[in-house]
Amino acid sequence: MIDQTLKKVEILEQDPNTRNKNFLEVALGYMGLSETMAKEEAGRCLNCKYPKCMDGCPVGVQIPQFIELIVSGDLEEAYQKIRETNSLPAVCGRVCPQESQCEAKCVRGTKGEPVAIGRLERFVADWHIKYAANKPIHVAKNGKKVAVIGSGPAGLTCAGDLAKSGYEVTIFEAFHTPGGVLMYGIPEFRLPKALVQKEIDQLRALGVEVRLNMVIGRIYSLDELKQDGYAAIFIGSGAGLPSFMGIPGENLKGVFSANEFLTRINLMKAYKFPECDTPVKVGKNVAVIGGGNVAMDAARCAKRMGAEKVYIVYRRSEEEMPARNEEIHHAKEEGIIFKLLTAPTKIMGTEDGWVKVMECVEMKLGERDGDGRRRPVIIKGSEHLLPVETVIMAIGQSPNPLIKDTTAGLKTEPWGGIVVEEETGATSLPGVYAGGDAVTGAATVILAMGAGRKAAQAIKKYLQA
Amino acid sequence: MVHMYNIVKKEKLTPQVTLMEINAPLVAKKAEPGQFIIFRIDEDGERIPLTIADYDRDKGIVTIIFQEVGKSTKKLGAMDAGQGILDFVGPLGKPSHLDGVKKVAVIGGGLGTAIAYPQAKKLKSLRVQVDAIIGFRNKDSIILEKEMTAASSRLFVTTDDGSNGNKGFVTDTFKKLLSEGKIYDLVIAIGPLIMMKAVCELTREAEIKTVISMNSIMVDGTGMCGCCRLTVGGKIKFACVDGPDFPGHEVDFDEAISRQDIYRQEERLSLERHECRLGKN
Ligand SMILES: Cc1cc2nc3c(=O)[nH]c(=O)nc-3n(C[C@H](O)[C@H](O)[C@H](O)COP(=O)(O)OP(=O)(O)OC[C@H]3O[C@@H](n4cnc5c(N)ncnc54)[C@H](O)[C@@H]3O)c2cc1C
Ligand SMILES: Cc1cc2nc3c(=O)[nH]c(=O)nc-3n(C[C@H](O)[C@H](O)[C@H](O)COP(=O)(O)OP(=O)(O)OC[C@H]3O[C@@H](n4cnc5c(N)ncnc54)[C@H](O)[C@@H]3O)c2cc1C
Ligand code: SF4
Ligand code: SF4
Ligand code: FES
Repeated sequence: MIDQTLKKVEILEQDPNTRNKNFLEVALGYMGLSETMAKEEAGRCLNCKYPKCMDGCPVGVQIPQFIELIVSGDLEEAYQKIRETNSLPAVCGRVCPQESQCEAKCVRGTKGEPVAIGRLERFVADWHIKYAANKPIHVAKNGKKVAVIGSGPAGLTCAGDLAKSGYEVTIFEAFHTPGGVLMYGIPEFRLPKALVQKEIDQLRALGVEVRLNMVIGRIYSLDELKQDGYAAIFIGSGAGLPSFMGIPGENLKGVFSANEFLTRINLMKAYKFPECDTPVKVGKNVAVIGGGNVAMDAARCAKRMGAEKVYIVYRRSEEEMPARNEEIHHAKEEGIIFKLLTAPTKIMGTEDGWVKVMECVEMKLGERDGDGRRRPVIIKGSEHLLPVETVIMAIGQSPNPLIKDTTAGLKTEPWGGIVVEEETGATSLPGVYAGGDAVTGAATVILAMGAGRKAAQAIKKYLQA
Repeated sequence: MVHMYNIVKKEKLTPQVTLMEINAPLVAKKAEPGQFIIFRIDEDGERIPLTIADYDRDKGIVTIIFQEVGKSTKKLGAMDAGQGILDFVGPLGKPSHLDGVKKVAVIGGGLGTAIAYPQAKKLKSLRVQVDAIIGFRNKDSIILEKEMTAASSRLFVTTDDGSNGNKGFVTDTFKKLLSEGKIYDLVIAIGPLIMMKAVCELTREAEIKTVISMNSIMVDGTGMCGCCRLTVGGKIKFACVDGPDFPGHEVDFDEAISRQDIYRQEERLSLERHECRLGKN
C-alpha cells in the first residue's frame, strides 16, 4: 500500500531557543525516534519505474532501490546500495541541497511534499554507523602510487575509489585535521565532526595514508611528488581564498572573513575557549554580509557564541539567496534578523580601531544579468547606519593560488580555477587531475564528490594504459 | 599512531628566550631564510607561527627561537628535549629576496634578531657586506650575539638602558652610521612594529630600499583566513602568503599596530588560567 500523505514525516529538531545557545546538532533525524518513522516516510516512495529523482542527484544514487530496502527492513543493504555511488552518505544526507536536486525532481513533489530522500539517506547512514561497524576491507594492492592533494569531499572520494581498486593512495592535507570544509567550515550543529572522522577512519581502513601538515607547493612541488613515485596526482585543494569587499574600514578590528570566523570556531574549537587555546571575538551586534550557506553558518555560529542581535545583510531579496531553504528557515527560527536588499558601503570604527557602526544603502532589483538574477541597484539617498561591533564577510571564496603559483604549466582561469577536461578532470599537465571547488569555485559537497569520482575513473584508465 | 615532531635540543638563551631544534626533515629540506613554521603543541592548542631561525638539511633539523610571551610559548618553553610537538607545518611564506645586493644593514630589535639572523647568515655566505645593528632592553636580554658576529661584517649591540655600555635604540646607531656617510643598497629591519616603523621613516628620507618582516596574528598560514591581512601600497595583502617580508615604505604600520592587539584580553585570560593551573600543581 502506498502512503498517500502529502507531507514528509516530520523530523525531530532541537527547539530553536535552546539550540541557538549550543553547538549540538539541530536535526536529530529519524534515529532520534524510531525506525518506524523512517519506514513510514520510505512508504511514501512510489518506486517509480523511471525515477525522476535520480536525474536530480549529481552522483546518481539509486534512490528507489535504497528506499525499497528501508521498507523491507534491510538497512545495511540499503546503506551498501547508497555507497555504490555515494561515498559519504551521512554527510550528503545532511548537507546536500536536496530541495534543488533529488527532491526537486521527485514526482511526489508535484502534489504535496517530495519524498524526504535526504533524511532517509541520513537515517540509513546513521543506522550503519551505529549498528554495523566497518569491517576492515582487504584489497590486493597493485603497487601503483597516487597522490591526492586536499582531504575535502573531492579528495576523500577520489582516494576512496582508487584505494578500493588497489591503488596505493596518499592524501596530503595542509591542515592538522582532514576533512576540508566539512571540518573547518560547516559547523558542528549541522554536521557533527565525529561523523566526518568516521568517514576518514574508513578510508584509513582501506589502506589510504593521510599525511597532515603538508602544504603542497611548499613542502613538495608537484614535480617532486612525481619523482617520489606518485604515478598520478589529484588536486582537490578547494576554494579557500576569502574575498573582501574593498570598502573603507574593512581592516578594522572586529571584521572577519567567514573563513577565519568559522575556522576559529569549528576547527580550533574557539567555542570552548579558554579550555581550548584559540579565541574568537563576537560583539553584541553582528552583521554577516552575504546570502549563501557560508553566511547562514556564520550568523548561526555568532548567535551561539552569545551575540544578541545577528543580522544577515544581503543585497538582493530572499528569492535570490543561494543558501539552502533549510538553512534560511533554521536561521530565522533561531532569531537571525534578515536585512535584505541592503549593502554595506563603509565600516567606521572607534578611536582605537574597533568596529562601531556600518553604513549601508538600500537596493532595488533591476534588470536581469548574465546568470538570470535581477541585478541590485542602489536607491539614492538611502544611506543609513547599523551599529555593530562585529562584521563577517561571507561574500565568496576562490581557489587558493598556492599550487598554481608553484606549478609551471598548470593552466588556470583568470579567477583562479584550474582548467580541466570536463569528462575526466585531466589538467594541462600529464598525469595530473583536479576536481571540486579548486576547479568550479565554491560549489557543493556532492559536486566535489562527483568530480573526485570521475577523476578516479580517469586515473585508473591512465595508469592502466 | 600519532606522528610527533621531536624536540632534539633545548637551550635557554635568556630567562625568556628559548632555542629549540625540532626534528622535521621535510621542512628542513625545503626551508629558506625568511620562511616560518606553524606549531601546535597538543589537541587543544593554538596554531602559533615562528620563524625558521636555522636549518640543517642533512640532520633534518629546524631551529626555532622564541620568546615566552603567552600561554602557547610558555607551554612550549616548559617542554624538554625528547618530548614531541603534535603539529609543525612549513616551510610557510615566501623566502626573502637576497640576490643582487652588495651592502646591507640588518637591524634587529629584540627577538627580531632571531628572525633577522638567517637572512644575515645567508647574505654573509653570498659575500655581501653586512652591518648588523641589534638592540635589546638590557644586557641580560641580549641574544645571538655570537651568531650575529659571525653573520656580519660589523656588529653593533645597543641596549635601552645602556647596561652593556652602549645606550640607545637601534635607530640611533643606524642614524649615526648614515651621518658618517655609510651607504647601503638595502636595509632589512625586523623587530617590534614601532621599531620597524621608525627605521622606515629614516630610510624613506635617505631613500634606501627597506624590507621588513610582518608578524601578524595568524590562523592557517596558507592564505585561507585573511586574519593576517595588512595594507601594503594601498592594497590588502596576506602576511602568510604574500610575505612575511614586505617593502617597508609601503606598509600601513598604524593599522598593523592596531590589529596586533585584537585578542589581548583573551590572551591575558588564557595566560592567567595557565599560570593559575601551574601554581596548583
Ligand atoms: C561554511 C560553508 C558551508 C557550506 N555548506 C554547504 C552545504 O550545506 N551543502 C553543500 O553541498 N555544500 C556546502 N558548502 C560547500 C562545500 O563544502 C564545498 O563545495 C566542498 O567542501 C568542496 O569540496 P572540495 O573537496 O573541493 O574542497 P574543500 O572541502 O575545500 O577541501 C580542500 C582541502 O584541501 C586542502 N588544501 C588546500 N590547499 C592545499 C595544499 N596546497 N596542500 C595540501 N592541502 C591543501 C584544504 O586544507 C582542504 O582541507 C559549504 C561551504 C562552506 C565554506
Ligand atoms: C611570521 C611570524 C614569525 C614569527 N616568528 C617568531 C619567532 O621567531 N619567535 C617568536 O618568539 N615569536 C615569533 N612570532 C610571534 C609569535 O607568533 C607570538 O609571540 C606568539 O603567537 C605568541 O603566542 P602565545 O600564545 O605564547 O601568546 P599570546 O597569548 O598569543 O600573546 C601574548 C602577548 O604577545 C603578543 N602577541 C601575540 N601575537 C603576536 C605576534 N604575532 N607578534 C607579536 N606579538 C604578539 C600579544 O599582544 C600579547 O601581548 C612570529 C609571528 C609571525 C606571524
Ligand atoms: S547524494 Fe544528495 S542529491 Fe543525491 S540522493 Fe543523496 S541527498 Fe539527494
Ligand atoms: S521520484 Fe520520488 S517517488 Fe519516484 S522513485 Fe524517486 S523518490 Fe520515489
Ligand atoms: S594566516 Fe590565514 S590567511 Fe594568513
